[in-house]
Amino acid sequence: MDFGFKLSPSSAVNLDTVDHARYDRLVQLVPDALTCIGCGSCSATCTAAPWSGMSVRKVLLGLQRGRDDEVDSMLSKCMLCGKCTMVCPRGINTRHLILTLCRLSRKGEVVR
Amino acid sequence: MIYQGKQKIWADYQKEIPDNHWFYVRSCIRQNFFPASEKYFLTICRDMLGRDIFESEHHTTCAGIAYHCDTIPQETAMTVVARQFALMTEAGYDNLVTSCITSFGNYCEILETWREFPELEAKIRENLWKACRREFEKPKYLAHASDLMFKLRGEIAERAKFQLVSRATGEPLRVVEHIGCHYAKMFPHKGVGGAEYPCVLSGMVESWGGRVIDYPERRHCCGYGFRQYHVKANRGYSLSNTHKKFESMEPFHPDLILTNCPGCPYFLDRWQYVIAEMNGKTYGQNGYGIPALTYEELAGLVLGMDPWDLGLQVHQVAIEPLLDKIGIPYDPARKYLGLDEKKIKTPGLPTSLKCC
Amino acid sequence: MVNRTPVIAIIGAGIAGLEAARQLSALGYEPVLIEKAPVTGGHVAEWNRLFPDMSPAADLVQSLEAATAKVRTMTGTEIASINRLKDGYSLVLSDGNILVCQAVLFATGFHLFDASKKEEYGYGIYDRVITNRDLEQWFNTRQDERIRHPKAVGFVHCVGSRDVKAGNTQCSKVCCITAIKEAIEVKEAFPDAEVYCFYMDLRLYGKKYEDFYIRAQRDLGIHFIRGRVSEVGEDIDGRVVVKAEDTLSGKPVKVTLDLLVLMSGIVCNPDAQSYAQQIGVAIDDDGFLKSRNNLGSIVESSRPGVFFAGACTGAKTIPETLAEARSAALAIHHYFNNRG
Repeated sequence: MDFGFKLSPSSAVNLDTVDHARYDRLVQLVPDALTCIGCGSCSATCTAAPWSGMSVRKVLLGLQRGRDDEVDSMLSKCMLCGKCTMVCPRGINTRHLILTLCRLSRKGEVVR
Repeated sequence: MIYQGKQKIWADYQKEIPDNHWFYVRSCIRQNFFPASEKYFLTICRDMLGRDIFESEHHTTCAGIAYHCDTIPQETAMTVVARQFALMTEAGYDNLVTSCITSFGNYCEILETWREFPELEAKIRENLWKACRREFEKPKYLAHASDLMFKLRGEIAERAKFQLVSRATGEPLRVVEHIGCHYAKMFPHKGVGGAEYPCVLSGMVESWGGRVIDYPERRHCCGYGFRQYHVKANRGYSLSNTHKKFESMEPFHPDLILTNCPGCPYFLDRWQYVIAEMNGKTYGQNGYGIPALTYEELAGLVLGMDPWDLGLQVHQVAIEPLLDKIGIPYDPARKYLGLDEKKIKTPGLPTSLKCC
Repeated sequence: MVNRTPVIAIIGAGIAGLEAARQLSALGYEPVLIEKAPVTGGHVAEWNRLFPDMSPAADLVQSLEAATAKVRTMTGTEIASINRLKDGYSLVLSDGNILVCQAVLFATGFHLFDASKKEEYGYGIYDRVITNRDLEQWFNTRQDERIRHPKAVGFVHCVGSRDVKAGNTQCSKVCCITAIKEAIEVKEAFPDAEVYCFYMDLRLYGKKYEDFYIRAQRDLGIHFIRGRVSEVGEDIDGRVVVKAEDTLSGKPVKVTLDLLVLMSGIVCNPDAQSYAQQIGVAIDDDGFLKSRNNLGSIVESSRPGVFFAGACTGAKTIPETLAEARSAALAIHHYFNNRG
């Protein structure tokens, strides 16, 4: 029956069920990714960010919160310039991280 | 769950509820939603338990819905409420008991505002005088009708004809209690048991033989939210909140939901039909829903009043499985008889939600 | 130096009182330790291991106790009242004795915030909600029905700290690092458990603290979620359902846990306030005792002959407390020297 309104999907992230296989695989390959403190300097300096919303910080967070579509969209905008690597206070090789991530399927398999 | 922990909190939130002499103000919407609840509040408290409860035909809305929908300013709502206080004063009462949770919250909020801003109270007194030449005293005690019934729960239990116990198994019924948001969330000390673990309804359930269920989304709003439900475009949001509560309580298999708000039991009842029509899901046993009752309806059942006199036929969710579970007799043929014993119309049956 | 050796009453035989007693004895004074509890060592004696070196708390307490073995120590003794004399103070003790002293050192420490006051977290109501102190007790005894092979554990920072409604606006300073320390210990005890820390800000300022944080992240995969837990409920299996916002992604998060550890904060000790009021020692607006000034004279009170050491003036780490105890001993020494 059409009531003219519907059940709205919840934006809440359920950590019990969220699939983070790709993140788990990533941190096996790039353990430094675990040390991100979410400071945002990568996004602040990012060449692509102002035009595309790319943010390494958000990519890492999105992977842990099941937001794969947003992650893939952001990754496709990266120009691999490496500015984010220069600025990271934790010394994460973010360029390497992005390249590694691009090779992983959503299930965490190395596909490329 | 550590029950003693809750008792400790309840001891911190005791509220003084005078035993007698109350000026009763009705709700705008409850008589449409649950036509017998307010009548049976008076029947139980006044006629059966001998309390003096007075009501005036001059009482109007408290303007709470309009206030919460942003259609009137608070000063207007205050002046309307000042008039109710004047009616109470003129009738010679100083204890005010409200039927509606939002009224209760509105009255609490206004009294608290006046306490902090006495100049506003003076202005409202002036407004009221200009508008209708009335003067008022503030109530000495303000209670919600469920507070009073909580206070009288023991006397009701003494006269109980039925216990909230499964006749077949002898086990206490599993009861979800749902407290209206405006009962204590704004002013935790105005509610019996506070805002996090209120005991106003759970106290009744336990006195009458049932067992209260504490489930993860217990504190979640029913989703009515005034501006949300009233605008059709937002209604899905209202529904989604109720849906979230049902999903959370489902594993506990509640036998019934007890409420003390005008909106909550209505939405907890009617949305079960809408959810069932939308995705085929039902939350009670064997395709039925979970009955959502007001505390007056539940008290009436416990006291052995006829379910159809209590107006339970106007609920969407069928009440019969619960009556059978407790062993309360009823005459199916009388379900849709009006007060004049003539048949009122019988509603159509939903596609998914099983009804009698 | 006065003819008679001055008597110095030290209120509280936690680490501040013990360390001050040791220093004062070494300087030739007769300190008297008065301790309400049946044993000395205070809060630290209840803890298991200490950051940043993970050294046993018992080692520190025992070494302080050994160093003060000859100091007159009255355990299980409360102070019924305290009065000002012409050139000193008199303490009426719960055993009926009166102690006359020429100086008083407040080493009264702190109270751990009563986590049940944060009703929404359900401490004392939901079985699987415990406090930092309960967890340290488990580290000591390894006995707690509630802690059996948890698969998911959460830590809530700032319970009763930086919380106007709880009556404490101050930061308790040590809970962030304690939470990380305990999270690491839990993860080491249960390597297959997911461990979450819910924080408002991470305030990790001390030596080696950042190393702890990096280790928790990189070596142990502990999840840090920037967001304060808003409410806790219990599911059908008795596990706790925790709600917070992941403020970095701007989304509400929900997680079901086998154990939730509340990091109860440091709040003032009401006994210290009562003693202070009786002899006219000022109390600060945060409830802690008020130092003569907060830069150079933190161990001195506004009254002659009354001194402070440790958490009676605010949240402190152990090294800070010990340093203040030594500083207070020296301040007392100068006080008597100057009196001649």
